[in-house]
Amino acid sequence: MAAKTFPIEAGHIMMFARAVGDPNPVYYDAEAAKTTEAGGIIAPPTFVQSSAQFDPDYFLRPKIGQPWFGSGKNPTGITRAPGGGGGGGGGGGGGLHAEQHYEYHRPLRAGDVLTATTFPGKTWEKEGKRSGKLVFSESVTEYRDQNGELVVTARGVGVRTERPVEQPAPSAAGKKEEA
Amino acid sequence: MALSAAKLKVGDVHSARLVDDLKRTQIVQYAGASGDYNPLHTDEIFTTKVAGYPAVFAHGMLTMGMTGRMLTDLVGDARLTKYGVRFTSQVWPGDTLDSTATVTEVADGIAKFDVSTKNQNGVEVLSGYAEARVDP
Repeated sequence: MAAKTFPIEAGHIMMFARAVGDPNPVYYDAEAAKTTEAGGIIAPPTFVQSSAQFDPDYFLRPKIGQPWFGSGKNPTGITRAPGGGGGGGGGGGGGLHAEQHYEYHRPLRAGDVLTATTFPGKTWEKEGKRSGKLVFSESVTEYRDQNGELVVTARGVGVRTERPVEQPAPSAAGKKEEA
Repeated sequence: MALSAAKLKVGDVHSARLVDDLKRTQIVQYAGASGDYNPLHTDEIFTTKVAGYPAVFAHGMLTMGMTGRMLTDLVGDARLTKYGVRFTSQVWPGDTLDSTATVTEVADGIAKFDVSTKNQNGVEVLSGYAEARVDP
């Protein structure tokens, strides 16, 4: 996630907490949050993932006037050569999400303004049973606050598959998930 | 709120139901909140006809987010110091997820946990770890 500036907004935290099914008042009720150890509204553990909202170039968001690979008149809005890889590759997305790791250096609070800096990490390959060759790539993002202090370190691993992950049965388990 | 090291034993298990019959609408909610609008998660036509999957499926990060609630309900607000996962299987609309945190170590004011989330068929969809500051 390469958001230059990521303002931590209370309304955004509320929406995010609702989306992950977390009714903890520390994420939306300023008065109740004051009485907790946190002392105010904080963000849930995976909230920095939503820095994508503040990345102007984030490729998994439709952009005004540009083609979008989701369905409209046709199953996809982008014409592509057949034989693309599976997962995100098969659909033109960004591959699948294999791992995510966070280190929390201090609580992330409504009102903070973070700056994200992303460093590329290792890449490696593996032969997958259900999706062909897998190419993994790692990136590390440091989120620093308005004072330059490190708040969260995030390490993500993405994987591109050769073909869509084979499914044992409809609605049963696959192999890897999407970011 | 927060855990006390004195009351924690290695092997203690905390479990919680994360979601019962996951709805496509919740996946849409997560797309909107997180900003990840990959149609693989919300666009059944694209996902089945173009990407070749049997249905839309949840963002891995939705499962990690829901599992995070289990953890913060256990350790208290603003107590996590580390949380990491591997996504080991896809999560589909209609899935019911249960999650566990198992204490693996308690030392120096930090409790460590193994984290696992499974679907209704007992298939692990997320496997990971967490660490949290605990009271004495």
